[in-house]
Amino acid sequence: MTGGGARIWALHAAVLVVVFAAQYWLSPYHATNLARIMVLAVFAMGYNLAFGYTGLLSLGHALLLAAGMYAASIPAQLWGWTAGPALIAGIAAGGLMAGAVGLLALRTAGVSFMIVTLMFAQAGFLTILYFAPVTGGDDGFALPAASRTILGFSLATDTPRFLAAFGLFASGLLASLALVRSSFGRTMVAMRENEERSRMLGYNPFTVKLAALVISGLYAGGAGAAWALLFGYAGASFASIQYSILPMLYVLLGGAGTVLGPFLGAVLMFYLIEFASDLTSAYLFIVGLALVILVLFAPKGILGTIRERWARWLP
Amino acid sequence: MAAVIESPLIETKGLTLHFGGLRAVDGVDFSLRPGEIHALIGPNGAGKTTFVSLLSGRRLPQSGSIRLAGEDITRLPAHARVRKGIAYTFQITSIFPRLSVFDNVALAVQSRGARGVTVKTRAALARVGLEGLEGQEAQTLSYGHQRLLELAMGLALAPRLLILDEPTQGLAASEIEGFKALVRSLVPQTTVLLIEHNMDLVMDLATRITVLNFGRILATGSPAEIRADKAVQEAYLGA
Repeated sequence: MTGGGARIWALHAAVLVVVFAAQYWLSPYHATNLARIMVLAVFAMGYNLAFGYTGLLSLGHALLLAAGMYAASIPAQLWGWTAGPALIAGIAAGGLMAGAVGLLALRTAGVSFMIVTLMFAQAGFLTILYFAPVTGGDDGFALPAASRTILGFSLATDTPRFLAAFGLFASGLLASLALVRSSFGRTMVAMRENEERSRMLGYNPFTVKLAALVISGLYAGGAGAAWALLFGYAGASFASIQYSILPMLYVLLGGAGTVLGPFLGAVLMFYLIEFASDLTSAYLFIVGLALVILVLFAPKGILGTIRERWARWLP
Repeated sequence: MAAVIESPLIETKGLTLHFGGLRAVDGVDFSLRPGEIHALIGPNGAGKTTFVSLLSGRRLPQSGSIRLAGEDITRLPAHARVRKGIAYTFQITSIFPRLSVFDNVALAVQSRGARGVTVKTRAALARVGLEGLEGQEAQTLSYGHQRLLELAMGLALAPRLLILDEPTQGLAASEIEGFKALVRSLVPQTTVLLIEHNMDLVMDLATRITVLNFGRILATGSPAEIRADKAVQEAYLGA
């Protein structure tokens, strides 16, 4: 985590340049896919800060995604908020929800933590269904076009949508990089590696983990809000268990505890699912197979393996 | 000569922790004078590690009290005691195996404040003779070096009380000489409480010794007094 600063920043800047430039050579279809992937990658980056760096294996991140999604889309629907304030509301809601869940769930650890976060997320999912008149329940609702504007640009059109997704992604990536290279990042990793030793160095594990979870929630909330605002739809399915598992898959595939891993994992998993669902309706079978192969041959994920073998400096 | 009675750095009264029928720590009244090197000895299972766990807050007592410089810390959680200046180094080396040597010590340094982490980390490493290894992953160090890393983490906390639980276990004879000099250089700014089985080292290094047996204090005194104590000889020194 020390040294190699210039090389590390240069690598991440280069990745951002390539992603930004991709809009000029990708077809509109794939450019829109990339916008979706960038939003999902923000979600996964948040998950990675909790799971990959701090060692908090949550099965309830769908709740944080949905908190951001509804905190952005309900005010947009009811009161005509535009994208800027709605996004801020979504980010804040993700953080607040993570804080509330963390205060209770962080009294547990390990498997209990997984179960408690899963239960919270299921409770949130059922709550969204229960308040169907406001949330749209399973069907969800489409956001009014008037709300999907930022600085006068319509997020329903390709270029502003790509740029908005890129802006969120780039901020998330750089913030994540700065965080894991900071002294707090070192403390997060210390929790993952040896909590008891960290305690005996004067750190309160509860507050460190709560802070990491809240930061993770800010990412998830931002991603949920952005999804609704960029793609015009909010629905209960985003609070379902599937959206708690997805970021974990992205992170495991790309490499838990690597800054670029969540994005790489999101790209590959997105296209793997697309490719597999072209072949068969049982596409989850192929996804499952890919994961089994991954766990057997590269349990640290792609970038985790690269870091271990060839590039120890990779953050 | 007028004896100057200094108020103790640590004082326990009636400290007790039983595990079922096992009286691991049984009504211990103990005090540490500021600036001393105090050794805690006793047969295996005498309750030494449990006793220092109570001091450091890794365990809470069933009854009794602990005061740090007059302040009651009996119920204070471990991490808060570290911030008040009680550092504990583990008997079984407990480092961050997959982090670099630098990061291990930096974690101790930065828990006291964000300023000058690099300089202070390097200073702590140099003090135990691990300079030059800072980029290495901690788990790749030799066992002796891991013990020294553990010690550097304790030092980097700049504690008022440093508790060393069998610090020389696994060190080579040459490393033990360096260790002695290092501990001597810590006092009187830091008070040292040492659990140790190496009697030559204890007799040489300690200013006072407390003998624990079956969770109780058998004797406390200077090395000469302890050596001459009949009860200690029977229970422990085997003379």
